Amino acid sequence: MTPILLTPVDISVAAILIVLDAALSIWLKLRLHRQLAIASARMVVQLVAVGYVLRFIFALDNPAATLLLILVMVLVAAREVASRPERRFKGGSNLVIGAISVGFATFVTAILALTTAIRPQPWFDPHYAIPLAGIILGNVLNSASLSLDSFLGSVRRERPGIEARLSLGESYREAIAPLVREAIRRGLLPIINQMSAAGIVTLPGIMTGQILAGLDPLEAVKYQILLMFLLSGGSGLSALATSYLAAWRLTDERQRLRLDRLL
Amino acid sequence: MQAVLLVKQLRSEFAGPFELTLGKGECAAITGPSGSGKSLFLRMIADLDPNQGEVWLNGRERTSMPAPAWRKQAIYVSAESGWWADAVIEHFGANSRSAIADLSARLGVRADLLDAPVAQLSTGEKQRLALVRALLHDPPVLLLDEPTGPLDENSVVQVEALLRERMAAGTSILLVTHDPRQAERLGVQRYWMTAGHMETA
Repeated sequence: MTPILLTPVDISVAAILIVLDAALSIWLKLRLHRQLAIASARMVVQLVAVGYVLRFIFALDNPAATLLLILVMVLVAAREVASRPERRFKGGSNLVIGAISVGFATFVTAILALTTAIRPQPWFDPHYAIPLAGIILGNVLNSASLSLDSFLGSVRRERPGIEARLSLGESYREAIAPLVREAIRRGLLPIINQMSAAGIVTLPGIMTGQILAGLDPLEAVKYQILLMFLLSGGSGLSALATSYLAAWRLTDERQRLRLDRLL
Repeated sequence: MQAVLLVKQLRSEFAGPFELTLGKGECAAITGPSGSGKSLFLRMIADLDPNQGEVWLNGRERTSMPAPAWRKQAIYVSAESGWWADAVIEHFGANSRSAIADLSARLGVRADLLDAPVAQLSTGEKQRLALVRALLHDPPVLLLDEPTGPLDENSVVQVEALLRERMAAGTSILLVTHDPRQAERLGVQRYWMTAGHMETA
């Protein structure tokens, strides 16, 4: 079974639904039609652009180009991680923490999957490396930003308790441990939810895509299971890295709590 | 008399420079308006905020030891007591229950409160228990930031009696207080702090 290819006409038919939404907005005075038009136009332009970029990179088939594209994706993800929390570090620390943890988690899990489980020839084949990195990045971004938000949100609230422990002679590591634990926990919750709901509440995207593209459901399921494991590994790594980096950035050589480094 | 606590040219971008010499069993009391840097001074000695200058304790400079070891010998008790676990008793580590209960009783805190959640305590109870927590470590120097701020008269008398007893046993105390009479009652040395500068009162 080969995938059913869509024609522009097929897509135009589906676009009628957007027009329907806009009509609804005008009729019910929802004032959403403008945003709806902009958002759908943006979506089309972005996706088509990405399609061309991917086609170009695939045709190049150059490991350096593949790596460069993934690095750009990591930086965009890091920016999202950095801008999400309500509390921020002064200077660029948010971005640095985001980039290191997201990049580290993505590279470790993607390279592990490409060299051991999926094993394309060569292992850095962009057809596999780029989509895989993309999926992992999306999840890793989510857990990193939740962890960072949790840590930075609680550290100010818990300041009297942390400083009381420091004053009594406990190390910074001991005093900050409960907050680090909670931040890692927060980062891991979404993937646990996702795994529990997979197949019952939701049909995961990759699996759906592969079934639509003609793959046998059981083969698609195998891919999805592999992916879930990768994603939980990636989430764990990024939650861990984000929380420890943020905790480390908030102290100094005399084991003080340096809240003055936050905005 | 040999100095237990020696502060030389201690300063930060907000306060100082400070000089102080405190003998064994002595109490130095600091008064002054809110925001004048009294708490900052205590926090700088405990090395909780970035600062420059020297602080010596019994002939050892603080940078010669790790920060936690230093703080254990010059324990800072903040004006707003800090708690990190649910139950009161969880904040006392390896201390024996009877030791905790004895000291708490001397400050008028009921022993059954040790098993209560922290959230159930009044501000005054928390303040006294935070003092008990520090006293149980028996440090050579105590840095007390308004230890009797939220307390009634009777409790103030109890706290002061206990502090005097500790001073007689050799503990040196640096005390920040809003009450000039308390400064007179306890302080052998008395200082007045304004706008980050300290002078003899």
